[in-house]
Amino acid sequence: MPSDSSGKIEQTATKGHTGKAMSHESAHLHVTGEACYTDDISMPSDTLFAYVGLSSASHAVIKSINLDEVRAADGVVSVITADDIPGLTDIGPVLSGDPLIAEDRVEFYGQVLFAVAASSQSIARRAARLAKVEYDLLPANLDISAGISANSYVSPMHCQQRGNVDFAIKSSPLSLEGNFASGGQEQMYLEGQVSIAIPEENGNMLIHTSSQNPSEGQKLVAKVLGIDYSKVTVQVRRMGGAFGGKETHANQWACLAAVFAQKTKRPVRLRLARADDFSSTGKRHPFESQYRIGFDKEGRIRGLDVELFGGCGMSADLSNAIVDRAMFHIDNCYYLPAVRVRGHRVKTHTVSNTAFRGFGGPQGILVIENIIEQIATVTGIDPLKIRERNFYGAAGNRNTTHYSQRIEQHIIEPLVARLTKTSNYVERRENIRDFNAHNEVLKRGLSLTPVKFGISFTVQHMNQAGALIHIYTDGSIQLNHGGTEMGQGLYTKVAQIVAREFDVDLDRITCTATRTDKVPNTSPTAASSGSDLNGMAAKDAASKLKKRLYDFTEKHFSVPRSAIHFSNGQILIGTEVYRFEEIIKLAYQSRIPLSATGYYRTPNIHYNRETATGRPFFYYAYGAAVAETVVDTLSGEYRVLRVDICQDVGHSLNPGIDVGQIEGGFIQGMGWLTSEELRWEPTGRLASDGPATYKIPAVGDTPVEFNVELFPNSPNTQATIFHSKAVGEPPLILGISVWTAIRDAITSIADYRISPVLNAPATPEHVLAACDGLRESKLYDHFDKYRS
Amino acid sequence: MVSFILNGQIHSVNHVLPETTVLDYLRETLGRTGTKEGCASGDCGACTVVIAEAQEKTLKYRTSNACITLLGTLHGKQLITVENLSSDKTLHQCQQAIVNCHGSQCGFCTPGFVMSLFSHFKNYSSPDRDQLIESLGGNLCRCTGYKPILNAGVSMYENGSADKFDKNESDTIRMLKGLPKEDPNLILDTRKFCTPKSLDELADILLDQPNARLLAGGTDLGLEITQELAQPKLIVYTGSIEAMTCIEDRDHTFHIGGAATYTDVSPLLVSRWPTLGELFNRLGSVQIRNQGTIGGNVANASPIADTLPPLLALDATLTLRKGSRRRVLALKDFFIHYKVTALEKSEFIESIQIPKGDGSEYFVVYKVSKRMEDDISAVCLALRWRLYDNSLRDVRIAYGGLAEIPKRSIAAEKALEGNDFKESSIRDAMSAVSQEFSPIDDVRASAKYREKLAKNLLFRAYLAATQNKSNLRVTDYCA
Repeated sequence: MPSDSSGKIEQTATKGHTGKAMSHESAHLHVTGEACYTDDISMPSDTLFAYVGLSSASHAVIKSINLDEVRAADGVVSVITADDIPGLTDIGPVLSGDPLIAEDRVEFYGQVLFAVAASSQSIARRAARLAKVEYDLLPANLDISAGISANSYVSPMHCQQRGNVDFAIKSSPLSLEGNFASGGQEQMYLEGQVSIAIPEENGNMLIHTSSQNPSEGQKLVAKVLGIDYSKVTVQVRRMGGAFGGKETHANQWACLAAVFAQKTKRPVRLRLARADDFSSTGKRHPFESQYRIGFDKEGRIRGLDVELFGGCGMSADLSNAIVDRAMFHIDNCYYLPAVRVRGHRVKTHTVSNTAFRGFGGPQGILVIENIIEQIATVTGIDPLKIRERNFYGAAGNRNTTHYSQRIEQHIIEPLVARLTKTSNYVERRENIRDFNAHNEVLKRGLSLTPVKFGISFTVQHMNQAGALIHIYTDGSIQLNHGGTEMGQGLYTKVAQIVAREFDVDLDRITCTATRTDKVPNTSPTAASSGSDLNGMAAKDAASKLKKRLYDFTEKHFSVPRSAIHFSNGQILIGTEVYRFEEIIKLAYQSRIPLSATGYYRTPNIHYNRETATGRPFFYYAYGAAVAETVVDTLSGEYRVLRVDICQDVGHSLNPGIDVGQIEGGFIQGMGWLTSEELRWEPTGRLASDGPATYKIPAVGDTPVEFNVELFPNSPNTQATIFHSKAVGEPPLILGISVWTAIRDAITSIADYRISPVLNAPATPEHVLAACDGLRESKLYDHFDKYRS
Repeated sequence: MVSFILNGQIHSVNHVLPETTVLDYLRETLGRTGTKEGCASGDCGACTVVIAEAQEKTLKYRTSNACITLLGTLHGKQLITVENLSSDKTLHQCQQAIVNCHGSQCGFCTPGFVMSLFSHFKNYSSPDRDQLIESLGGNLCRCTGYKPILNAGVSMYENGSADKFDKNESDTIRMLKGLPKEDPNLILDTRKFCTPKSLDELADILLDQPNARLLAGGTDLGLEITQELAQPKLIVYTGSIEAMTCIEDRDHTFHIGGAATYTDVSPLLVSRWPTLGELFNRLGSVQIRNQGTIGGNVANASPIADTLPPLLALDATLTLRKGSRRRVLALKDFFIHYKVTALEKSEFIESIQIPKGDGSEYFVVYKVSKRMEDDISAVCLALRWRLYDNSLRDVRIAYGGLAEIPKRSIAAEKALEGNDFKESSIRDAMSAVSQEFSPIDDVRASAKYREKLAKNLLFRAYLAATQNKSNLRVTDYCA
C-alpha cells in the first residue's frame, strides 16, 4: 500500500492498468499453496462430513432402500433421504426434472439416493456403500440414437430457417448428405465439487462452495431449506477450474450440505471423490447430426439442411440454451444462403449434461467444419479456399446470419489472410503433399479452421451484472463484483479496470470473495461474459465514486472541474498535487460516501423464438488456427507438430491472461476431439470415471511449436469495456483445427479424393479405423461422378 | 514410531491407521492444505510432494504422489511440500518463474507443478524441453495448455541452479542420519504398518501373517485404499530391505530386487536395451516411477502392465521366497489367470533375473495408448529375435492387452522361428496372432482395435528392422 505519512509526491509510473500483462492476482498464492480453496477452509472440530449414496441402475423404479447398516455404522450422525428435504425437492435450474435426492425412481447410474453425515470423510464414504437397494429395472436409453428411437426428448424441437432450402439443395450442381457424431467431454476441473454449509443464528446459513453461480446456489439452498433467500449467504473466493461444470452442477452438493447443517446444527462439508464426481455430474453434450448440403463446383454453399440432436441426459438442465447455441453456430463464419437447422433435445438415461466452455457452440461449428472438409474432398479444392469462398462478407448481401443478425464487423477475412501468411500455410501445404507422396506409414496433415462466436447469454435477462467498491481512509480500494474467479483471471482484469478508472496502482486494489450479500441477484460467470459484464459494472461503480470525488474537490478547493485530474495515484487540483489517499481522507472528513455499487446491462440484444430471428449477440469474437499433425497409419497414433493461432480479442484488457485463455482453451478443445473419450458400460455405468481412463491432454501433447498472436489494431466496434472482446470460449473451438488436420492426413491415403469416416473424438483407435476404411474403400471409381 | 523431517524438524508419528496416506495426513491432521487432492489415484499430480533421501554426501530429491504414498514409507526421509519452498517473502526460483510466465490460472494444479519443477531443478542443472516434459508428464493442468509452465521450467534457471536447499543439505543429511531407527511402525488398535529390515524378517512376518498386505511402491495398494476404501489389518513395507531394493549387473544377468523402483532400475536396463527408454518414459509418470517397482508390476499381474511383455520376451525369471525356501520360476509360468499367479500364500518375489543376452539380438518394444504420457496400454508388444543367415531364431513375441494375462504368442513365435526374414514370414506371424488371441472390449480399446494393433505392431517391428526408422513413429518424427 502507498504510505500516506510522507509529504513527498510519489513519481512512480502508474502500473497494472488494462492493456498490461499483469500476473494473475493470486499467482503468488497459487505457487506457495496459500491460495485457499473451499476444501482448504479450516473447519471447527464439530464439523460433519457428508457423502452420497448413488444408484447402480440407469433407469429403474426403486423397490426398496434399506439404510439400516448405513445408520448403524460407527461415526455416522445423520442420514437423509428425499423425505427429509424440508422444502423444494427439485433443483432443476430452468425447468424441473433434477431431484435433489431420487424419490421413487432413478434415471441415471450415479444418481443420488440418499446422503449420510459422519465424523470423517472416510467414515461417511464407507457408510454410503452399506445401503441395500432393490430396483425394478426399466428399459434404459443410454445414447442419442436410443433416445431418438424411443421418441424421448427433454423439451421440444426448435427450428431456424431461411430461404427454400430444399430447392436450393436440389438445384445445386453438387450435393452431399451424411451424418456425424461428436462425443461428450468431462470438464475435469482439477478441484472436484465441494461445498460447506455453516449454520448461523436465527436459521441463517453460510455456504462456501466451488460454484460459478453463487446466486443460484443461494436461491436453491433457501428453497430446499424452505427459508427466505435473504437468510442464505453464498461465498466463492476461487474455484480450481470449472469450465461450465460448476454453473448448475455445483448446487446439489451445497443443498445437501445445507440440509444436514440445518438438521444437525453443525457445520457440514461435502466433497465428492473423483470417480463419483465423474459419474454424478454433467458433461459436454454429445451431438449427432444429419445433413444435406448443396454447393457449386467452386465449393460455394447454396443450401444446408441439418438436424442436430443434442444428448441431454436425463433432464433439461441448460440443454435448451445449449442446443440453441449449437444452432446459432451452425454457420460458423460462413454465409448460408438457404438453411434449415432443427435442434432436438434428446433425453437419455445418463447424467444430465450441462454447460462446458462453448456451450453447444463447438458442437455446431464442428458439424459445418466437417461439411467444409467434405466439400473440399469432393471438389478437389484446398479446404482453406472453400472456407474463404464461403465467408460472410460486407459485399454482395452476404452479411446476415440464418437468425437475421447482421454481421457488423468483418474481421474473419483479414484475420485468416494474416494467419495464412504468418503460418506459411501455402508452402507447408506443398511440403506436406510431397512428404505424403513419399511416406507410406506416416502421413502429415495441415488445416486452418476459423471461428466466429456470439457473445452474450442467449437468455436476455442474464446479461446483467453488479459491482461494489469501497474506498477506505488510507486510500486502499476494495473491489467486489458478481463474477466468480475460476482461473480465467476475471478478478485481475476487473481490478485493472478499476485501477485505470482511478489511475492508481493495481496493488492498491484488493479483490474480495464473491458473496451474495455483497452483490445480489447475479448471473453465473459463464458465456465468456465475465469481464464484459462485471468489468462494466465495476467501471460504473468507480465512475460514481469518481464523480463524488470530482464534485467534492470542486467545491472544497473552489476549482472548476476541468482543473481536476486523477493521475498516477495522485489527484491534480489546479497547480496543486495531492496523493489519492489525502483526498480520500479529506472526502471522508467532509462526510462524502466512499462506497458505491455499479450496475450494467448489455444493450440492444433480443431473440424471438417464435420467428427464430433477432439479435441475440452483442457482438462476435473471431479467431483462426492452423494445425499440423503427423499420423501413424499403422497404429492410429498422432502428434501435433505445430499450431499457429490468431485471435481477435478487441483491445486486450490483459494480453498475458488473454494468451493464456487462448492456449488453454485451444488445448482443451483439442482434448475434446482427440484423446478425451467417455465410455459407458452396458449397465449405464460410466467406465471412464477418472484421469486413469479419461485422458485429458498432458504436457507432452503441447504442440512442439505453438504460436499465438492477438489480432492487432482491432478494437471492438461495440461499446464494451475499453473495446475489448470476450476470450473464454472462442479459442476452445480452434481445437477443431487439430481434428481437421488429422483428417487431412488420413485423407492423403486416398490421394485426398475420398472422405474418411471419422467422428469425434479422433482417438488413435478411430483414426486407425478411418485409415483402414480408406485403404479398403473401393470408392475410387465411384468418386468421379461428383466431379461431373 | 515413524520419523521423518518436515519443516526442518523431526516429525514423529505413532498411532495412526496403517493405511493413512501422506496427503490425508498433511491436509486432515496437520492442516497443511497447500498440497491438493485432485484424483486420489496418482493420475493428476496435484498432490505432488518431494521426498528427499540421504545418499553418501548428497540428497536425492524425488517427486511422489502424496495421495497414494503411505505415511509409514516416509521413515528416515525428508518430506518437502509446497509450503517449504519460499522463505520469508522470497519465492523459490521455480515459483517465481511460474508467476512470471503466467503459469497458473485456477492454481489448483499449481502446487503439484511447483513440486515437479522443484524436483527437476534439483536433478538437472539446465533446462531441456524433453527432460521437462518427462518431469511434468504426471501433472495435469486443465487451464493453461502447459506452454507457460514449460516456459517457467526454462526461465527458472535464469540465475543458475543453486538454491537454499543446497545450503541446508549437509545439515539435513546429518539430521536424517540421526533419526531414531527403532521399530519404524505405525500402530492403531490392532492394525499395524510395519517395516522389516531384512529378507528373513520379512519372510517370517509373512509366514506368521499370510494375509498381510505387502507394500512395495504402493501404486496399486494405494488405489485399493483410496478408491475401494480398503482397510488392511497389517501392511508390510518392503522398501527398507536392502536386498529387496538392490540392482546388480552380474555376469549373465541383471539381478533386480523385488522392491527396486522403476526409476532406479531403468537406467541399467535402458543402457542395455535402448528401446526400453520410451517404455519407461511412458510408464505412469515420474511420480509413479519413483514409487512403483518392477516386482510390484509382476506380482500385480495385470494384463496391461508395461514391463511384463519385455520381461517375457527377455526370458526373465523370478526368485520366489517363502519362509526359508527359495525357488526359481520362469516369468512365463508365473501368470495363471487374470491377476492369479503362481505365488503361494506367504510367498513373495525376492528378485527378478533378466538374461543380458549377447547383444546380437533384435529387440523392440511398442506401446500404444490414447495418450502418449501417463496412460495405460491398449496393446504393448515386445519382440526379440536373432538373425542367422537371414533366418529368424530365438523368437520371442510377448503382448500386453491381448489376453487376461501378459502373454507370449506361441503361434506367432512358431510362425517365425527358423524361417526366413522376409515380409511373408511376418504376415504369417500376424495371422497367427489373430488366431491365437481374442482380446476384450473395454474402456481403453475395442477388441477389434487390439487385434489390429497386435498385427500392425509386428509389421512395424519388421519395417523398423528393414527401413529407415525415422519415418515410422510419430514420436521419432517429433524428435
